[in-house]
Amino acid sequence: MGGSSQQFRYWMLILPAVALMLIFYVFPLIQVLWISVTEPVPGLGNYEELFTSDFLHKIWWTTARICLLTTALTVVLGYVVAFAMAHVERQQMTMMMFCILLTFWLSVLVRAFAWVMLLRTQGTINEFLQFIGLIDRPLRLARNEIGVVIGMVHFMLPLAILPIYANIRTIDAKYVSAARGLGGSAIQAFLWVYLPLSRPGIIAACMLVFVFSLGFFITPAILGGGKVVMISEYIRVAFEETLLWGKATMLSSSLLFGVFLLLAIVGRFVDLRRVFGSS
Amino acid sequence: MIETKWSFGRLMVLGAAWTVLAFLVMPMIIVFPVSVTDQYYLSLPKEHISWEHYAKFFSDEKWLDATFQSVVIATSSTILAVLLGTLCAIGCWRIASAWSERVRTFMLLPIIVPTIVQALALYRFWIDLGIVDTYIGVILAHTLVAIPYVVITVSASLANFDVRLEQASRNLGASIGQTVRWVIVPSIMPGVLSGGLFAFTISFDEIVMVLFITSRNIYTLPKRIWNGIQDHLDPTIASVATLLIAVTLALLIMDLWLRRKRETK
Repeated sequence: MGGSSQQFRYWMLILPAVALMLIFYVFPLIQVLWISVTEPVPGLGNYEELFTSDFLHKIWWTTARICLLTTALTVVLGYVVAFAMAHVERQQMTMMMFCILLTFWLSVLVRAFAWVMLLRTQGTINEFLQFIGLIDRPLRLARNEIGVVIGMVHFMLPLAILPIYANIRTIDAKYVSAARGLGGSAIQAFLWVYLPLSRPGIIAACMLVFVFSLGFFITPAILGGGKVVMISEYIRVAFEETLLWGKATMLSSSLLFGVFLLLAIVGRFVDLRRVFGSS
Repeated sequence: MIETKWSFGRLMVLGAAWTVLAFLVMPMIIVFPVSVTDQYYLSLPKEHISWEHYAKFFSDEKWLDATFQSVVIATSSTILAVLLGTLCAIGCWRIASAWSERVRTFMLLPIIVPTIVQALALYRFWIDLGIVDTYIGVILAHTLVAIPYVVITVSASLANFDVRLEQASRNLGASIGQTVRWVIVPSIMPGVLSGGLFAFTISFDEIVMVLFITSRNIYTLPKRIWNGIQDHLDPTIASVATLLIAVTLALLIMDLWLRRKRETK
């Protein structure tokens, strides 16, 4: 069958989506890169600030710190859940999966709002802890980095659990039995055999969580309450208050470069399309 | 299983896993009691349960209008995204060359690019096009970010579709258009609908782009909630949140049902 006219017709099915993306998505992104080196004056002047401004250094540092902490916590907690899911009977695993998917599908705003209710000074957690007499004065859980990290870990957990689970589900139990048969303890078998076999899942989860954390906006903005400024929120504030396109686009371009650089590095170790679920 | 009898270790792992899962669902559980508070501020009910905050939502023009706008925008962008995304996925699947693989990867771009960056980029371009603060502007933006999810789900169900059915249809003289409409799409329908649900959720929940590309005319539900959280924490938000949780639950159950259908095909 077929020949090139066949192929051509199938390309026509692809064309509308690709054209729409190129015109209304890729072009605007290129424009951002372009503006960052042309406004207010042509050249790399905007990027100079990346190296000279202490304020910007502080924001990048805050962003990196929160993202690393979030990634570490999320992947460890996610691993525990994924591990349990791979080792329980079907019914319990379905229940676990339901909890995860429900969280995954729920509006980010609703989740951030619920965390505000739970974490604020007069929030449910503080009232409960005071009620049972564990603390005298309310803990400061919101409007600081603790709150942001809690909210972000909550958002990212499904993104870590799903790839780890997909990976460890395929680990053959025989390897572990073999390690046990050769005289290893359960912990040794886990550390030396099981954990290394689950490395692809862990790497995929780390990357997904880190990349999404890097550009995350809603949860930090709400739970940080203006006190914890990460790069995304700074872009919005800088832009809304000053309308300096040059600076806002420079920061956006840097963020974009950062994300793609990370993907390029991690892409050498794992199949990224599988991570993003397209193959 | 790591070992048949690891009772103590097993209990530890299960306990830890369910603790994490409890952490996941805790926010959902707390929202409902707060939404039926008898107070004027966010708190658990003090004396009795009251539905006044739900009544407030259903009688407040602003909330209803925001809901209406969100439904219009999400429905339109879902239709567009499903149409374009499905055709694209079918094309890529049928061509199956290195180039079509590249196209499929390229379509994932909106998932990877940080939302704030795309919001800024679209805002700038939308100014030039004169579609800031219009339905068209928001629908277009949401279509763009929803397409990848449709491509992913539809591609997944095409992987299980027998290519010979498509060839048979073509050999019997059907055009590509007829084949797509009468042969391919009906058999991957659960995947298409699932992608549509995904697209709808993405648009219905989207806030970052909306904050940039709208001002006074367009006021979606997330934007109302966002402003409500910023100004004063009114319990009405808790009742809206509860309603959204109920909707999400319904959509999820629907999706799981579609998925099961897709697997049994």
